[in-house]
Amino acid sequence: MTDVVAPTSVPGSEPAPPATGTGGAQRLLRAAPYLGVLPFLGYVTLFLLWPTYIVITGAFQDENGAPTASNLTAVLGGGEYLDAFVRSILLSLATAVAGAVLGALLAWAVAEGSPDGLLHRAVIAGCGVLAQFGGVMLAFAFLATFGFTGVLTLFLADILGVDLLGGGSWLYGLAGLVVAYTYFQIPLMLIVFLPALNGLRPQWREASENLGGTGWDYWRHVGGPLLLPSFTGATLLLFANAFSAYATAAALVSQGSPIVPLQIRTALTSEVILGQANVGKALALGMIVVIAVVMTAYALLQRRTSRWLR
Amino acid sequence: MAAVTAPVGTARRLVRWTVLAVTGVYLLLPLLAMLEFSTRGTGGARSLEAWRDIGESSDLLDAIWVSFQLAVLTVLGMLVLLVPTVAWVHLRLPRLRRVVEFLCLLPLTIPAIVLVVGLAPIYAWVSYLLGNSPLTLTFAFIVLVLPFAYRAIDAGLSAIDVVTLAEAARSLGSSWWGVLLRIVVPNIRGAIISASVISVALVLGEFTISSLLNYDTLQVVIYLLGKRNAELSVAVSLAALVFAFALLFVLANVGPRRTRGSGPVEVKGPLA
Repeated sequence: MTDVVAPTSVPGSEPAPPATGTGGAQRLLRAAPYLGVLPFLGYVTLFLLWPTYIVITGAFQDENGAPTASNLTAVLGGGEYLDAFVRSILLSLATAVAGAVLGALLAWAVAEGSPDGLLHRAVIAGCGVLAQFGGVMLAFAFLATFGFTGVLTLFLADILGVDLLGGGSWLYGLAGLVVAYTYFQIPLMLIVFLPALNGLRPQWREASENLGGTGWDYWRHVGGPLLLPSFTGATLLLFANAFSAYATAAALVSQGSPIVPLQIRTALTSEVILGQANVGKALALGMIVVIAVVMTAYALLQRRTSRWLR
Repeated sequence: MAAVTAPVGTARRLVRWTVLAVTGVYLLLPLLAMLEFSTRGTGGARSLEAWRDIGESSDLLDAIWVSFQLAVLTVLGMLVLLVPTVAWVHLRLPRLRRVVEFLCLLPLTIPAIVLVVGLAPIYAWVSYLLGNSPLTLTFAFIVLVLPFAYRAIDAGLSAIDVVTLAEAARSLGSSWWGVLLRIVVPNIRGAIISASVISVALVLGEFTISSLLNYDTLQVVIYLLGKRNAELSVAVSLAALVFAFALLFVLANVGPRRTRGSGPVEVKGPLA
């Protein structure tokens, strides 16, 4: 037991003392605290690291487990899968920028009020629900608003006599996803951007005003540059959020699989094409790569932001 | 001076209320539309039929019960896994803190739709060993709530001097389990409540993994019902959103009031 546990559970600890008569026992004693995290590490390995490993290795294997590049060439070789990636990235980019701008404005409007006020607390709780809880339910909210028998569609058709929205059919495609995704990006932006806004000290504004600066001058030369890294970082988070979203699209899109998560669903649930058994894993690997790039950029920005925030 | 600043202040207030009004309409209109949609009767009358149907749809009630059980099991599992581990790392293994943090935040960079691809073969084994019960989703859900729960619990432990408290207890003869249950847990009660509430909200809203592993949780049944009874689905969705809002609003007011902008709800940002 001593020989089995001690060497495996002390990686990264101090160099082991020279082996004496009690060396083994001492090493075991020093390793003992590490046993405390074993249940956690075991659990995370089984249900987080192992699935990730299956995805990454599976992307390079055929149905018999032999190495192959055919999954990756199917994804990267153009056609439906690559188009889905392009659409996913454009959708995420558009909704991240729209959500970031609108959400930052909302965050500013909320931050202007008292932090203990009812509006402040209600907006934060409401944003938490809409940003996190949404998914399928938000899809139904949009069906009830803009769908074929949606409130706004009927209102415009019956009362104003116009059919501006094409009877609601736009909602079930990419355009609908842009509107629905922006809807949950705004509250998420508020949640991640509000702390940065609250980090702006009133003294900075007062200093700017004392020097004769207008509100515009303050935002142009002080507030704007200070908030830019947080704003960019939050936009990257919003991108990753939209890129990984599945539920809203699954409930809203009625035909085809325009974006990558829906392509993965198709790969998981339908008959496999010969020689592309693991194409779903290749698509999933592609998503991991895109998000890893975005999150790396985010981490770099975060380091810059933390220099002045708090 | 007052004459100079007054118009500026007015303009600012005007912009502020315009922003609040425009985004408010965008965010609230679909929710109000749900209310209108779900109370439509025949011939333009109002009707609460869809809302009454919630109590009569056995599929829906079963799914609500399943999701409720999943929420309880996930919270218990998360607490059992995370509280002792994070406390132990704070007390005895500070050098492992970065590793544990990295592992806990990892699910943020692996979307659920990606995770489910790798979980599918593992769940073949899980259902072989434990039976094909929807409650086995607990294992996957604990992973999903890990980042949010970790942040809350880690923040709670960082806010108290847990090492000194533990030393005091140990010198008075307490065991490590005594330290955990009688010192750590009572001192981070607020953090435990935050972590639990966030986990409940996430479990009740989860769709991706349950639907692709073919288990009928609340969201999956709402989605399936939507194909034949849209009014009912919209009514349940609205009810669930209001329930989640109430949960988070109460949490924001009950939790210990901290510094500006860092209330318990802040940890909810998925990738914050």
